[in-house]
Amino acid sequence: MADSLPLVYVVPVMVGLAVVSLSVAGLSSALEARDRGLSVGSGLTLPLRETARLMRQRPRRTVSADRLLWRSASSAVIPLAVLIVAFVPLGAHALVDHPLGLVWINALDVVAWAVMWLLGWGVNSVTGLVGGYRFLALALGYELPLMFALTAPAIAAGSLNLAEISATQDGLWFVVWTPVAFVAYCWGVLGFSVRPPMDPGAGSDVNGGILAELAAVDRLLVLAGRYALLVAGSAAAVPLFLGGGAGPLLPGWGWVLIKTILVSGLLVLAGRRLPTLRPDKLLELGWVVVLPLVVAQDLVVSVIAVATN
Amino acid sequence: MNLSLVDVGFWLCAVVSVVAGALVFYVDSMARATYALAVSFVAVGVALLLMGQAYMGVIVILMMVMEMAVMAVYMVMFMGMNPALMPMSMVHSHRSSIAAGVGTFLLLGAGAVLVPWPTRRGAPTGDVTSALGEAIMESHMIVMIAMGPVMVATIVAGVVLSSHRTRYDRLGDDLDRRPADDPQPGGVGR
Repeated sequence: MADSLPLVYVVPVMVGLAVVSLSVAGLSSALEARDRGLSVGSGLTLPLRETARLMRQRPRRTVSADRLLWRSASSAVIPLAVLIVAFVPLGAHALVDHPLGLVWINALDVVAWAVMWLLGWGVNSVTGLVGGYRFLALALGYELPLMFALTAPAIAAGSLNLAEISATQDGLWFVVWTPVAFVAYCWGVLGFSVRPPMDPGAGSDVNGGILAELAAVDRLLVLAGRYALLVAGSAAAVPLFLGGGAGPLLPGWGWVLIKTILVSGLLVLAGRRLPTLRPDKLLELGWVVVLPLVVAQDLVVSVIAVATN
Repeated sequence: MNLSLVDVGFWLCAVVSVVAGALVFYVDSMARATYALAVSFVAVGVALLLMGQAYMGVIVILMMVMEMAVMAVYMVMFMGMNPALMPMSMVHSHRSSIAAGVGTFLLLGAGAVLVPWPTRRGAPTGDVTSALGEAIMESHMIVMIAMGPVMVATIVAGVVLSSHRTRYDRLGDDLDRRPADDPQPGGVGR
């Protein structure tokens, strides 16, 4: 804890998270607009206009919704992303420099399970409930590969502290010799941020699923929160796999920012290229194919780590 | 008495965990009960953090939140309906369970108070987590090695006993039917 950044740095970090999330949202809707033959510019500004619209919209009430739990869920998405970013070292130090930063990231991505299911359940609507359970079924598929993927950089660096993990990668980034773990991790990020192709829980075939009945500020918080989670997950990939703040000329935080933008942008692009994955198909794929691959990756990393020590 | 911020936080977490734990039996919806239990365990996790047991604290939070979400999956899988959607009492056999609860509390509490506890011999090492790890991986390794296969065997046996479909239902009497006859085909096409 002694190496944590002073508390005043909370403000620029939060502003950074907000700006990057908004830009990624702009990129996503610009690509969407281009595919539909609309102007790219209108797509780029869509997140801003949508924010203004949702702020003025009337909140929606559904019959016997569990409003306490539903509101708790929609309010929890953005704080979840903020907490993840708090553990990411920006250069040498994080807002919270904890010896178990990696385990915290894992614990927080698991909280997304509880939040997303609750979003679908609390509203007391069929499509919401279907979406919530789809998310959980999908989460069972991606979470184990994700957990074992997180193990790879921890073994390679011999530490659970994110700053130490990123400092260990001078010269050779972990992504070079743990590519399987990196892909499985990115897959998990798309999963817990409910972004395509991991978004059947919010699919249009169930009328938006967990988003179906959300309106006004609640909807804004969840839509923005999904992008914030994507960005936070990408930011965590930087110290884990991409050498942290390492890079020429710019200070550490600058490289963390650039790498975060690149990873989250690539994840948005990948999501547009891949078909939506159905939970029933994905569970077997995740446990029978991806999990053994990731465990084999961990084995390779362990052998190398033992051999080089 | 010298009351630090950590003490205040610890007692706050203690109260939250007990109150949220009691709410599990007070609320009338399975979802609220589930999340009350999750809040209770998160408070226990934070209390562990405040006691300086960082790893235990994070793991308690991670495991318990995940467990609550998996419980929601089980509600659909095995209960044949979604009881989370309708108000229902969270207690079974109200009177007898109160009696059992009070009785157990008095018994354990009396034990804690009345048993002549031995005084501590020796002092804990500085890093108790690594001391625990060394104990598990060195002197108690044989227990851990034996426990792993037993646990896996228990899980496999439990699934085999509870599953009404065997590999003969999937793959035919000669185990040569491809693809398998599954009510819900998986993504790999086995």
